[in-house]
Formats: sequence, structure tokens, C-alpha cells
Amino acid sequence: MPHFAKPEAGSWTENYPELGTSPVNYEDSIDPAYYEAEKEAIFKKTWLNVGRVEQVPKVGSYFTKELAVADTSLVIVRGKDKEIRAFHNVCRHRGNKLVWNDYPGEEVKGTCRQFTCKYHAWRYNLDGDLTFVQQEKEFFDLDKADYGLKLVRCEVWEGFVFVNLDQNAQPLKEYLGEFAKGLEGYPFHEMTEVFTYKAEIGSNWKLFIDAFAEFYHAPVLHMKQAVKDEADKLFNVGYEALHYEIHPPHSMISSWGGMSPPKDLTIVKPIERVLRSGLFGPWEAPDIEGLDPLPPGLNPGGHRAWGNDSFEFFPNMTLLIWKPGWYLTYHYWPTAVDKHLFEANLYFVPAKTARERLKQELAAVTFKEYALQDGNTLEATQTMLKSRVVTEFPLCDQELLLRHLHKTVADYVKEHTDAAQ
Amino acid sequence: MLPSEFAALEPFSEWVLESERDRYSKRLASSMEEMQAFYDAAFPLLEQASDHLDKFPLSELPKQERNLLLLLFSLVNVSFPVEVWKQARVPDSGAAYMDLVVEPKV
Ligand code: FES
Ligand SMILES: [Fe+2]
Repeated sequence: MPHFAKPEAGSWTENYPELGTSPVNYEDSIDPAYYEAEKEAIFKKTWLNVGRVEQVPKVGSYFTKELAVADTSLVIVRGKDKEIRAFHNVCRHRGNKLVWNDYPGEEVKGTCRQFTCKYHAWRYNLDGDLTFVQQEKEFFDLDKADYGLKLVRCEVWEGFVFVNLDQNAQPLKEYLGEFAKGLEGYPFHEMTEVFTYKAEIGSNWKLFIDAFAEFYHAPVLHMKQAVKDEADKLFNVGYEALHYEIHPPHSMISSWGGMSPPKDLTIVKPIERVLRSGLFGPWEAPDIEGLDPLPPGLNPGGHRAWGNDSFEFFPNMTLLIWKPGWYLTYHYWPTAVDKHLFEANLYFVPAKTARERLKQELAAVTFKEYALQDGNTLEATQTMLKSRVVTEFPLCDQELLLRHLHKTVADYVKEHTDAAQ
Repeated sequence: MLPSEFAALEPFSEWVLESERDRYSKRLASSMEEMQAFYDAAFPLLEQASDHLDKFPLSELPKQERNLLLLLFSLVNVSFPVEVWKQARVPDSGAAYMDLVVEPKV
């Protein structure tokens, strides 16, 4: 018996007939040629979130972003006019990487007045103009105006900085569409206290999205996180979402509130009972404007039991907003067909007291305990998919977002390949 | 090292660690007995310690109070092995790792 109503079509999946209900093939996660196609068709064409405005607070603040999946590195910087710009991180003289420290592959951040190349000291201002050439007279008809840094499209939505390597891409807000519109006004700018986790995961990037875009696995894989009786109960009940919605290429899942706070305090760990916090975050919302009422895009099913909404902004950004007033993002940065860098950021309203900070610490530590279990499982999945012993996998109604993700990727790849022919 | 009211925790001052990376490494390097002993001493004082620390603004914690807070961060970190896992590592996590590369300053 379903606990929550499903759409008239009979199931969430059938509510989107273009997705079908047949088993899904995961060749897209193991075929190296397909990975190459994804780079061109998706990562060099769509809007990618690379950070937040708080990372470039003042004129001259910058950070670099390694985009192996688009075969480039970018530098994002706030210019003299306060605008945020993104450039390819490559010197126009002989192609040295412009901004880096000791290890070319490592991302860096800082503040500067200009960028100076380590190789022959060419300099660029914060707007990307070439301003100085060492021994300029040795060159032949060199016009500095022709050798500025290569600009990349860069736009900001609600403080999230996005880039797009395609100069002809549609504007960011148009691309993000209805979900983004429905979230406007959420007080992201108040939640500036950040915990950033990084991990290298031995799986295709889509498999980790698959793991975080369904909660069907939670009562099983994460069973030991709960005390025994509660775990048994969760296992028997299983998992059902409150609501699913798709606005191609993006999608979302809306979920109930679980343990925040639990009706029965004996079901949570002693530390959670004392600190009143846990996986779902601090049980009480911070005292800021903008959480009541919430923007219309949150809790689209209008459920009383609502606990969080998780948005999948295609291709590789998850934005998960929790009812008690904090949020997190996941990014999945592919580095090979069977490898990616996973990055998770937890954003809170800055703690004013030690107790508030301890609640956040517990939420962050708990997040890591879960994510380690997810990450490890993915590596096991990747190796077995690669065996190709089984090629067709049935997905249930709670796995709707996975079906949508793999289809969307396929559509982008197909459209790109067709256009090339 | 700690505020005098919490002298009972002095024997566990090696758990006063600056970063999550240090705290998690120490957890992995500790036996269940060591973590249990630390937990048994610190957990009953968690409420009282929070009350004590809340008398100060977080950004202006005196040195000893700041140490106490860092020690409580370690308590949070070992609460998983002690309360649920019965082992230092997260079960079913194999070789997976996850680094906390940015954490809020205290
Ligand atoms: S490559 Fe940058 S100055 Fe020569
Ligand atoms: Fe999970």
C-alpha cells in the first residue's frame, strides 16, 4: 500500500510516458567512446556550477577550477568593476597554465591585482587584458589587444556561479528554467558557513548521481546508521518519496522529514538526543528572514510531512534544501569513464554559539559516514557493470530520476552526434 | 588546557585537535577501548560543557574554552564508532575516503 498518493497515470514514471518503463542499459557508464561523446555533447555545452559568489568576495578574489571533462582549467575572478568573469587558465604566449601553485593539477584560490605567468612573466589584468610583455620589442608586430585571456561565459543565479564553454548557449536562467525560478528568494546568501568534502570515486559520474537521486537504497545500505529497532522498521516500510517532478533536462525529488526531530527520541543516537541534530541537520531552524514562507518551488506536493527537496540541475549539480534551514550541493566532476571527483558542500547560517556549531559539526560528520558507504558501493557497481555479464537493469518507480538522467544524457549525445553527421 | 570545571577531561586532552582530518585520523588510529574511555568521560559532560561555552560568543572563545570545543568535536567524531559501529571505520566503506577540505573556523 502506498503511503503517499501517486499521479493519475498510476505511477510517477508513467506520468512521464517518454521515459518508458523498460529495463535500462548502463553501457553509457562503461564505454570510453561514450564518455568522449559526453564531454563534447554535454560538458562543453551546458551550464556548469563552479562555485558561489562568496568565494570571490572582493575585487581581485579568484579561484581556479579544473575541468578535466572539458579538457580545460578555468580561472574565475572578480574584476575591478565588481563583475565576476571566467577565463581559460592558459597564457597566450606559449600556453603555460597561468594560475597555479606548485602542482599544476591542483586548484588554487587567492586575491591578486593581476595575473603574472611564471614562464616569461606576461601579465594580465583582472579583466583578462594582456598588459605587459617581457622584452616586448623582441616580438614581431605584437598587438597586446589581440592576446587577452580567452573569456568563458559566466553568469550568476542566486549567488551560484555558472560557466558555459559554449559561447552560443542560451542564458543561464532560461536554461535552469522553472525549478530555479521557484527557488528564487531562498536565503542562500545567509548560509555562508561551509563544510567542503572531496573524494575521488572509482565510478562513472552518473552512478553517483543515481545513488543520490533515489532514497530507495537508504533503509538498506545505511541500515546500520540507525539503532536496531528503527532500522528494522525502516527496512520493512521501505522508501517512498512525496513528489517527483521533471522539467527537462532537470528533475527533482521531494521527501519527508524523517528524524528532524523524531517523534520518539529513543530511536536516535544518544549524541543526537543531546545536540538535537543529525543527518537532517540541526532540528531547529536558524532565526533568519526568508524561511517562512518558503519560495513556491519548495515542497511542491504541499505535504505536511515535508523534509527536503533535492534538485538535479543537469548535468552534474545536486541542490538539496532541508526544511530546518540549511542546504547542500553535490558536484560530480568526471575525470575518466570510470572515475570522478565528488565534491559536497554543506551550507549553514554561521553559528553564533558553540552549541550551534556543535550541531553543525554533528550534521557534517554524519554526512560523511553516509557518503563513505555510498562511495564504496559505487566502485563495486562500476566493476560489475564493466563485466557486461548483465546489461539490462530494471528500475522501480522510486528510481525515476535515474531513468530520466540516463535518457537525458542519451538525448544530448544523440543530438550532438546527429548534428555532426 | 581546559576550563577548570572540566578538569576531569584533562587526561583526554590529546583529543583537542584542530581539524576534522586530525580528529578522523585519530579515530582510525584508536582502539575501541580508547574511544570508549574518552566517550564515557566526555559524553556525560556534553550538556554542561555546551552550557558553559554558550556564555561566550563563538568568535571570542578564550583559549581553554576553545580547546574544550575542539575536544567536543572529537567526541562527535567518535560517537559513531561508540554508539553504533563498534569499530573505528564506517562499515561498508572499504577503501573509500572523503576529505574535509574546508571547515568553518573556530
Ligand atoms: S607561456 Fe606565459 S609568458 Fe610565456
Ligand atoms: Fe546513500
